[in-house]
Amino acid sequence: MNSRTRAIVLATGLAVLAAVPPVAGLLNQPFYLDLVRRIMIFAIAALSLNLILGYGGMISFGHAAYLGIGAYAVGVLAHYGIDNGFLQWALAIGASALVALVIGAVSIRTSGVYFIMITLAFTQMLYYLGISVEEFGGDDGMRLAAKSQFGLIDLNDGNAFYYLVLAVLVLFLFLGHRLVNSRFGMVIRAARSNEARTRSIGFSPYPYRLAAFVIAGAMCGLAGALLVNHTAYLTPEFMNWTRSGELMFMVILGGTASIAGPVLGAFALLLVEDALSGWTQHWQLILGPLLVLSVLFFRRGLAGLLFGKNE
Amino acid sequence: MNNNLLEVRGLTKSFGALLASDDIDLEVREGETHAIIGPNGAGKTTLISQLAGNLLPDRGRVRFAGEDITALSAPARSHRGFARSFQITSIYRDFTALENVMLAVQAHAGSSFRFWGSARAERALQEPARRVLEEVGLGARTGLPGGNLAHGEQRQLEVAMALATRPRLMLLDEPVAGMGAEETQRMVGLISTLKGGKTIILVEHDMDAVFSLADRVSVLVYGRIVATGTPEEIRTNAEVRRAYLGDEVAA
Repeated sequence: MNSRTRAIVLATGLAVLAAVPPVAGLLNQPFYLDLVRRIMIFAIAALSLNLILGYGGMISFGHAAYLGIGAYAVGVLAHYGIDNGFLQWALAIGASALVALVIGAVSIRTSGVYFIMITLAFTQMLYYLGISVEEFGGDDGMRLAAKSQFGLIDLNDGNAFYYLVLAVLVLFLFLGHRLVNSRFGMVIRAARSNEARTRSIGFSPYPYRLAAFVIAGAMCGLAGALLVNHTAYLTPEFMNWTRSGELMFMVILGGTASIAGPVLGAFALLLVEDALSGWTQHWQLILGPLLVLSVLFFRRGLAGLLFGKNE
Repeated sequence: MNNNLLEVRGLTKSFGALLASDDIDLEVREGETHAIIGPNGAGKTTLISQLAGNLLPDRGRVRFAGEDITALSAPARSHRGFARSFQITSIYRDFTALENVMLAVQAHAGSSFRFWGSARAERALQEPARRVLEEVGLGARTGLPGGNLAHGEQRQLEVAMALATRPRLMLLDEPVAGMGAEETQRMVGLISTLKGGKTIILVEHDMDAVFSLADRVSVLVYGRIVATGTPEEIRTNAEVRRAYLGDEVAA
């Protein structure tokens, strides 16, 4: 498939997403607005994970940490009466980047299964930290005191919030595309593909990997800020290890070799989950085998089916 | 005091009980092609890996252009002028031949902490990469993924990536390994065009290639250098014949 057809597929997808609010309004089904908005927020998180997992070969099993940090940055500031959205979201991004810098600086020195376990361990530490802080509701969590305030854009308006999430998604797709094709992106992809060769031609992969880890963390922090505004509730469950696993699954299901793949993965996973859970309470029994089959038969993910060759 | 580009003193490396490099002394002169030969398991690749910085020696020093580089990493050595080709082909299989070489150019052409512009579209990376691919004879294969090239072409690509870093010293680890006669001839021709301009350390099993390319030869047996000399001296050296060449000459 050439780049023109790919652009048409992408444009069609975006047009469908843009049409969701009016259609949901027409059918008087606000539930779908809610569902698609939630999926897009997870798509943003999965997209950020793919930068390090798919392109960088760093299998982080702790990416939900940044969803949590972004959410807490917004929730805690709102708790103390600071509801300026620009300030909240800047903190969400900045704090996520800082934590990613610390976690990355330690874990990128390891590789393989050690990297997976260290990233998991760091995120579990943050999870238990969230549970233990009673001021912010402990393991019960707490209501978001007020949604982020942006002046012109009112997040209490479901449609406005929806389009803001869509705009962030489109922006991140574009940023991700530029990033992986830049000099920087070529280095992290090269280091994943063949580390010995990459060192021999003169690149020390560590600083590039660390920078990618920080960028991915910061992007996911913004997804966390969106998520807490979406749920209007703050809970340590955002950082649960199962959440990290879901994000990984979206990436692998969607396809690691393209920027848009994880977005497809997020939609596929969450839509199937929604459909099955409406049908039976034992939906996980069906979802599990479906996921196994999809990994076995779509080795290059849904993006591989849809777009053909890698970008 | 001399024109040695590389000086190795007392280099020792063991893996458990196996002494892979045993007190190796080696001098490589600026501009020469220095072959290292020896039977299988003599420690040739271990030596190359220590020279390239992929493996740290247990003891000994390595000096390059007068500087002690024993503790430097492979990327740091690359920036001082080392380039390596691997015995087992080591390329980016999913990247095109051009992208493979462009990455090698990029590593030596300013900062790679650039996040926006397309690297593929950079002419400052493309043009040198195309020139090098022409030089090694892959000018017509630039758009193919590395993994789709024939074996011999992949070996040429290895050399192209080494060349693209504009090295002072090339470490070529069995560049004609697994090649047919015609491919071998082409590779020997390519290396002979580099001779003189670059200093080359050549590890090779193919004796015809060694004797046609090398200015000097060192013979490595069980981790020790048993002889160093011109190809003619090595050919007639009794100890070398006994330890190594004997079988080949007889065959």
